[in-house]
Amino acid sequence: MTGGLIAALFIFGQAALYAQHGQTDKPETYKHQKDVAQAEFQAGEMIIEHITDAYEWHIITIGHNHISLPLPVILYDQGQWHVFMSTKLHHGEEVYEGYFVTHEGFNAGKLVRKDAQGNEVRPDYDISITKNVLAIFFSLALMIVVFVSIARSYKKRRGHAPKGLQSFMEPIILFVRDDIAKASIGEKNYEKYLPYLLSIFFFILFNNILGIVTFFPGGSNVTGNIGVTGVLAAFTFIITTFSANKAYWIHIVNMPGVPWWLKIPVPLMPIVEIMGMFTKPFVLMVRLFANISAGHIIILGFISLIFIFGEMSTGLGLGVSVVSVGFTIFMNFLELLVAFIQAYVFTLLSALYFAMATEEHH
Amino acid sequence: MSLINPGFATVIWMTLAFGISLYVLAKYAWKPIMASLKEREESIESSLRAADEAKKAMEDLKLDNEKLLREAKDERDALLREARKIKEQIIDEAKEKANAEASNIVENAKDRIEHEKKAAVVEIKNLVATYSIEIAEKILKEELKDKKQQASYAEKLLNEISFN
Repeated sequence: MTGGLIAALFIFGQAALYAQHGQTDKPETYKHQKDVAQAEFQAGEMIIEHITDAYEWHIITIGHNHISLPLPVILYDQGQWHVFMSTKLHHGEEVYEGYFVTHEGFNAGKLVRKDAQGNEVRPDYDISITKNVLAIFFSLALMIVVFVSIARSYKKRRGHAPKGLQSFMEPIILFVRDDIAKASIGEKNYEKYLPYLLSIFFFILFNNILGIVTFFPGGSNVTGNIGVTGVLAAFTFIITTFSANKAYWIHIVNMPGVPWWLKIPVPLMPIVEIMGMFTKPFVLMVRLFANISAGHIIILGFISLIFIFGEMSTGLGLGVSVVSVGFTIFMNFLELLVAFIQAYVFTLLSALYFAMATEEHH
Repeated sequence: MSLINPGFATVIWMTLAFGISLYVLAKYAWKPIMASLKEREESIESSLRAADEAKKAMEDLKLDNEKLLREAKDERDALLREARKIKEQIIDEAKEKANAEASNIVENAKDRIEHEKKAAVVEIKNLVATYSIEIAEKILKEELKDKKQQASYAEKLLNEISFN
C-alpha cells in the first residue's frame, strides 16, 4: 500500500517534471539545430539529457523559469584555472570565457572550447563539481551519517537487540557479511575485505535508490554513470591485484592442469588469463552502468510516449498516459528490485575476485 | 556517445570521495559495527553454551541426587538387613544360651533330686532299720516279759528238738 503510494508520487513527479521540460526544450533545440522539424519533442535527446551528467542540478521548471542548483565549474586549461558558477552558462545556452556546453559528438553535454582550427576540444582538466559529483558527495555523506550513527547505537546498546535504523540495516549488513563475504572468501580472509564490500554494496544500493527518486536530491544517475562504475571496478581491480597471492599469479602465468601446447610456444592461456584480469572489472563496470541506465531509459521512454502522442492529439496523449503510467509504475518496482540485485551482483563478484586472489591450493 | 564518455571530473571526485569515505566508514562505522555484532554473537553463543551446561549440570545433579538416594536406600536396606540378622543372631544366641542354661539347671536339679532321693532312701533305710530294731526290741521285750511262758516255749522247743 505504502509502496504503491510512493510509486504514484514518483510517477506524478516525473510526469510533471517532464511535461515542463518537454515544452521548454523546444526553443533550446530550435536554437541549436536551426531546423524547424527538430522543434518537436525529441524523446532521445530528452532521455540522454536526463541520464547524463550536467554542470547544474536542474530541480524543476515552472513555465519558462528553470529552477536549478548552480554548481561550481572548475577548469584547468592551458596553464590557467577557470573557476565560475554554472549560472554563467545560462543552462548551457551561453558561452563563457570561451567555454560552452556542446550538444553534439562524443563530448555531448560537456564543456568544450574552440581551438585554432575551430574544432571543439575539451579543457585539459575539467574537475567541475557536476550534478553527479554532488550526488556522489551527498550519498557518501548520507552513508557516513547513517552508518556512523548506527555504529554509535551499537556501542550505546552493547549486547542488546538492535533498534530503529540499526535493526533496519543489520539484516543487510549481516547478509553482506555472511552470504557475500564469508560465503565467497571463506572464514579466514573475509574480514580484511568486509569494509570495502560493505561500502560498495551500500554505495551502489543508496545511489540506485536515489536514482529512482525523482525529486532533489535524488534523480541523478550516479550508478548509471560509466565514470562512477569504472572507479568502483578499478577499486575492485586494484584490491584484487594487490592482495593476490602466489597461487593467483601462478594460475595466470602457468595455469596448472592445462596441456603444455596451450602455453608453449604461443602463450595462449597466459594471454587469455591476463586479458581476464582486465575483463573482469570491465564487465563489472559495464554491467552496473548498463543495467541502471537501461532502467532509466525505459522509464523515460514510457513518459516520452505521452508527449509524442500528445503532439499528435491531446486526447491520444491522455489515452496513452494511462498505459504509460501503468508501465512506469511496473518499471519503478522492477528498478527497485534491480537496485538490490545490482548492488548484490557487484559486491558478490568483487568478493569472488578477492576469493580467487586469496585462494590457497594448487 | 556521451553516455559512455566518462567525465574526468566524475572519475577524479569519485575516486577521492569514495577513497576518503571508504577510510572513514571502515574506521568509524564498519569496524565498531562488526566488533559489536561479533561480540553480541559471541555473547549469545556463550550464553547458549552456558545454558546448555547449566542444563547438563542440573541433569547431573538430578542423577547424582538419584544416585545418592539410591545409595542411601541401599544402605538403609543393608543396615536393616544387618540389624535383622543381628537381632536373629542375638535371639538365637539367647535361645541357645537359655536352653543350655535351662538344661543345665534341669540337670543339676535332677542330680540333686537323685542325690536327695538317695540320701532320703538311705535315711529312710536307716530309720526303718532303727525303727525295726526298736520295734523288734519292744516286741522282744514284750515277748520276753512272761518268763513262764518263755520257759514253757523254750521247753517245748527243746522237746521238739529230738536228739535223734
